[in-house]
Amino acid sequence: MPRVLTGNRLETGDVLWWNGSDWSPRLSDAVAIGDEGEALLARLIAAERINDPALIDVTGAPGAFIPTTTRERVRASGPSVRADLARGSLSVEAI
Amino acid sequence: MYRYDEYDQAIVDARVAEFKDQVSRRLRNEITEDQFKPLRLMNGLYLQLHAYMLRVAIPYGTLSGTQMRMLAHIARKYDRDYGHFTTRQNIQYNWIKLEQFADLLDDLSKVEMHAFQTSGNCIRNISSDQFAGAAADEIADPRPYAELLRQWSTLHPEFSFLPRKFKIAVIASDTDRAAIQLHDIGLQLRRDATGALGFRVYVGGGMGRTPVIGKVVRDFIPVGQYLSYCEAILRVYNRYGRRDNIYKARIKILVTELGIEEFARQVEAEWAGLAPLGLDAPPAEYERIIAQFGEPDYDRNAPDTLDLSDPDFALWVKQNVAAHKQPGYAIATISLKPRGGIPGDASSAQMDLIADLAERYAHDEIRVTHSQNLVLAHVRKADLYALWTALADADLATPNLDLVSDIIACPGMDYCTLANARSIPIAQKIAAKFEALDTQRDIGELKIKVSGCINGCGHHHAGHIGILGVDKKGEEAYQLLLGGSGAEDTSLAKILGPGFDENGIVDAVDKLIGFYRSARSAPDERFLDTYRRLGPAPFKEAVYG
Repeated sequence: MPRVLTGNRLETGDVLWWNGSDWSPRLSDAVAIGDEGEALLARLIAAERINDPALIDVTGAPGAFIPTTTRERVRASGPSVRADLARGSLSVEAI
Repeated sequence: MYRYDEYDQAIVDARVAEFKDQVSRRLRNEITEDQFKPLRLMNGLYLQLHAYMLRVAIPYGTLSGTQMRMLAHIARKYDRDYGHFTTRQNIQYNWIKLEQFADLLDDLSKVEMHAFQTSGNCIRNISSDQFAGAAADEIADPRPYAELLRQWSTLHPEFSFLPRKFKIAVIASDTDRAAIQLHDIGLQLRRDATGALGFRVYVGGGMGRTPVIGKVVRDFIPVGQYLSYCEAILRVYNRYGRRDNIYKARIKILVTELGIEEFARQVEAEWAGLAPLGLDAPPAEYERIIAQFGEPDYDRNAPDTLDLSDPDFALWVKQNVAAHKQPGYAIATISLKPRGGIPGDASSAQMDLIADLAERYAHDEIRVTHSQNLVLAHVRKADLYALWTALADADLATPNLDLVSDIIACPGMDYCTLANARSIPIAQKIAAKFEALDTQRDIGELKIKVSGCINGCGHHHAGHIGILGVDKKGEEAYQLLLGGSGAEDTSLAKILGPGFDENGIVDAVDKLIGFYRSARSAPDERFLDTYRRLGPAPFKEAVYG
């Protein structure tokens, strides 16, 4: 199962995904993380600019990854009860 | 209302300056997140699913119009134009940015507010009766005593690192609107045979993972000594509370393991040493604080009659307006549970309006209830119609207090990192199912409470119908509990049977209510009383049969 890297920006708390070279606010930019995941995670933790970085399981293909847990789908979607605050990375229906 | 003196303000200013420096150091990477996290939590700042969440303390749920207007300003300037009133009578903001936090704290402190001790293993915001100072059945206003507890517990050096969080509630009537028996300490103001004021002291109550009803540790402690008595309780807990296991660290576990008699013996022994030390406030300090909660300048000639010719207004009065101790006045509850709304949420425009209305019609006081509604406690009956009209224009006059759509719901997995399931959509679906007011009124008092995890911020164990979100192999699922109450007839809801998915739990509630309506002994027998009379079996049959 593919994994992607996610976390929250220190300054703003914004939800982000790793796009291979930087952080993106869009899940669609996320890249699958291979064996380098643990080392990348350790490096990012040491940099102390992203809070709660974590590798999460996803299904689907790049550009259309869907997290496997409801929690991560909500993070990608935004609150399911506030359509006006939708993050746009995932539809509420996909939660 | 209580106003800060120079000491109160100096404490807040110093703490704000300290935390601003800590934030600045974190942003410059001079301290790690591991070092910063306990500091931000002590100042009410969490990292939730989507952003930082800030919980602002509202002592005993009482606000002035100026303070409410500042809360609106913070929602507008630093958040996304709304706030969420909580079951601890606080307010939470869900989209806070750390880089703006220093300015936010400055703004809050300008109106004598802050966010510290809204998280962490310390004494949390003191809660109280939202009808305090107005209820016809109270002995005295309980808030001066809550205020003294606030001062005593604020940055108390001995109790800043307790085994676990600690919650205290204070009331002054036999009607319990603050769930005191479900608090770590519950204080009920009463008089003894000589007419002297004192407190009945409950200890070791709580909800969450291990729900327990508090026990009376002392039937009467004179008001002049309740602070030192609370100090004795905290000392025993701080010394012997379980620090080895977070799930067994609350005082309720200590009280249960020791037994109330042994716990009381230890408290009395501790207190015997403390009481002579002069820890209690001197009489002049009591008088200073009590004076600040003096009666509003009532209109003694206010007419005690109401024109109920407008049927919609009459409906609101019947459901959301309570009797006031002063003739010519009433207590109005503002429902934050409108049709299709999110329980406890208010927009900044609504908060501004409520601030205006409080200043115009309610002696500049607003109360937050643990049921996530707001109260204007001192309204002239002659002003009720104008108040209702203004509230209705802002979708704040839903006449559903204590009815099936007046549901408590925690933020759940729509916001919270701890949650296993979403709470708000469940509340919305149930409310939609029973949308017709006639139906709601026919069902009568029914308190539904929804929590998204075992921590129980949605008070599911105190629900006539409680709903608990759980994780079932990665999917959201919901347990159904019946028979809880957070009122003076406190009881703990029990699980009825196997859980449900999102739609299943709504259907189950529908079946429960259908059965109740067919089985109640009289139209005014409450759901809870029918359940207590019949027991769980027929309700279980109605749902699972």
